[in-house]
Amino acid sequence: MTATSKCPINHGTIPVLDDDPFAPEVLEDPIPFQTRLREAGPVAYLSKYNAYAIGGYDEMSAAVSDWQGLSSGSGVGLNEPWRARGLLQMDPPEHDAPREVLQEILSARVLRSMKDNCVDRARTLIDELLEGTEPGGQVEVDAHKQIGAVFPVNFFPDASGIDETDRENLVPYADHIFNSLGPRNELVKQGECRAAELQEWALSKCQRENLKPEGFGADIWAAADRGEILHEHAPLLTRSLLSAGVDTTVYGISGVLYAMGANPEQWDKLKANPGMARVAFDESLRWHSPVQQIFRKATRDIEIGGVVIPAESRVLLCFQSANHDPRRWDNPLKFDLDRDPSGHLAFGMGMHQCVGQHAARLQAATLLEELLERVDKIELVAPVGRHHNNVLRGIDSVPLRFTLKK
Amino acid sequence: MPTHATSLTVDESSASKPAVGRPGIQSLRVARKDVLAEGVIRLRLEEPHNARVPDWTPGSHIELVLPTKEHGVLSRHYSLCGDRWDAHAYEVAVLREPNSRGGSHFVHDELAVGDMITIGTPRNNFHLTQAKRIEFIAGGIGITPIMTMIAAAEQLGVDWRLHYGGRSRDSMAFLDELAQYGDKVVIWPQDEKGHLNLTYLNEPVEGGRVYCCGPEPLLNAVAGAAEAWPKWAVRFERFVPATQPPPVRTEPFELELTRSNKSVTVGTDETVLSALSNAGVPVLASCMEGICGTCEVSVLRGTPEHRDSLLNDGEREKNDRMFVCVSRSITDKLVLDL
Repeated sequence: MTATSKCPINHGTIPVLDDDPFAPEVLEDPIPFQTRLREAGPVAYLSKYNAYAIGGYDEMSAAVSDWQGLSSGSGVGLNEPWRARGLLQMDPPEHDAPREVLQEILSARVLRSMKDNCVDRARTLIDELLEGTEPGGQVEVDAHKQIGAVFPVNFFPDASGIDETDRENLVPYADHIFNSLGPRNELVKQGECRAAELQEWALSKCQRENLKPEGFGADIWAAADRGEILHEHAPLLTRSLLSAGVDTTVYGISGVLYAMGANPEQWDKLKANPGMARVAFDESLRWHSPVQQIFRKATRDIEIGGVVIPAESRVLLCFQSANHDPRRWDNPLKFDLDRDPSGHLAFGMGMHQCVGQHAARLQAATLLEELLERVDKIELVAPVGRHHNNVLRGIDSVPLRFTLKK
Repeated sequence: MPTHATSLTVDESSASKPAVGRPGIQSLRVARKDVLAEGVIRLRLEEPHNARVPDWTPGSHIELVLPTKEHGVLSRHYSLCGDRWDAHAYEVAVLREPNSRGGSHFVHDELAVGDMITIGTPRNNFHLTQAKRIEFIAGGIGITPIMTMIAAAEQLGVDWRLHYGGRSRDSMAFLDELAQYGDKVVIWPQDEKGHLNLTYLNEPVEGGRVYCCGPEPLLNAVAGAAEAWPKWAVRFERFVPATQPPPVRTEPFELELTRSNKSVTVGTDETVLSALSNAGVPVLASCMEGICGTCEVSVLRGTPEHRDSLLNDGEREKNDRMFVCVSRSITDKLVLDL
């Protein structure tokens, strides 16, 4: 292997990792690779992909906010994007107006006004799940298939005003979009056969005539009517709600329930202090980040932690690694409600920080609060099942046993 | 003439200490102060540790906290006019206002290169929206936000034009920088050409916008000339009214937390967020710059000193919520729903 020769500018100064971050065994359990990445130095060179990678918390905090030095405009994957660009793949000034519009539409204030609706839906879902189980009794559920993979797939598209038909397409649609941010490996090839069809389906759902008169989608078109954004951007922005807002929330909710099942004493802490549901969700995002990593492109030579990444390089930003950095977090692999997770990077940071974060928190916290009403004890009864994705920390099953309150 | 040291003793907590002096509010170093035009100076304010300053968008303004000798600590807002690709500094242009209460005199006469100055988070009430064509109109110092919007319009490939009026050429800032745009820019000094002729605005342009910043009479003239345009297509940035904002608080204040039944003192060297956390009432936060909205808290009584870039002016006046990572208090006590 002559990896360093591919990297003449940094010959000998940047450690070279021969790992494939997208190999099945890494996607099954990314923690050993991410630990090697952090321990290698502030920046590592991924010989297999001719890309650089950052995994330390301080370095990531600096890099992820640096839109001037690390551009999103040529996509946030290993390769240039294959589809029309959404908000995540824009730089200023193109990014400014659409971001402003979405930030207003998805503001904490707007999401707070949807709390009652979210509570009703969560209660209905939990009631159905627990129906037939006596107080004090036990029931086994798959918290992914029966909660995580169900709730956001309905709540968020409903809030967006997307019609109800073919919703089963949503998760595979976004799954392929996230996969395609990685290399063209088996995961991408498997998704390619339906990609064009799903792409067309999603875009048609986001045309004005197919949206309901109320919802985030209609709000986006109304902003175009007010001159805030161009009309031709409205369907792309609406579509970005579907690609960025569903799978991520699915794995966020399945992830927090997995975290609770694997750490029953933390559920006890939450029972004692139900006001901490939002904090619990954010701690679970730190511990088990739905979006593991993305790429950006260096616009010029940029210095990170004393080494230089050459202009035009692709740079992998590993959020999960930063969220597990022991220099920032004590005992980072422990899911712990006594910790203040503020400052975690699971939603990113800076100009591109997740614009839908308040929607994710509303859904997850509401579900936790409804479960707290009914459930005394949560236990993981079998190992969590994995769904591999090049970018997402995918989940296939979370087998839990709920013991209901008496 | 007061010495430099004297001017700093007026308010030590805001002007002379580094960023730790008032957390959530940045202290920047005056790195350059140069004359742009008659009565107009430009300040370059750099982050002293070469850290990033919070992001901003064209049309944004920042608050400068000015420890004047005669009028106490004043708060003044100025449009940002620098380059946003420069992540470590802000630039503002300040006109000497003859009727000023002391803010612009302080900037012109007392503030010196090397001084530390306290600023607020950038806010934007004058967003550049996407458009096919843009007519910019600037009057006098109203050119400052327009400069950054022109740069963005140019990058976006928008078809744009600027009409820029001023008292005289000597008083008009940025003429050199505007020369690069050729005949897209029409310079209109009043002593040579009289008032701006705005009849070209009478006919609305499909997919077009009008952005105007300047003195009140110019804004009224533009509003009149562009009457046939859709209302949303014509946007104004007004100079901040001459009313005196409340004084900047430099003493500690109390938090009364109704749900946890606690009382917490916020010292001058800590944020509300950190005081809450130290008192065992942690609030989830993320950006620590007043931009993401995660740490919003409901305010039941008292008047917050809003430092975020999320709330618009109307929302600020309601005083019913605050972002505790940056915002503080004007009143002795804030009652919070925590």
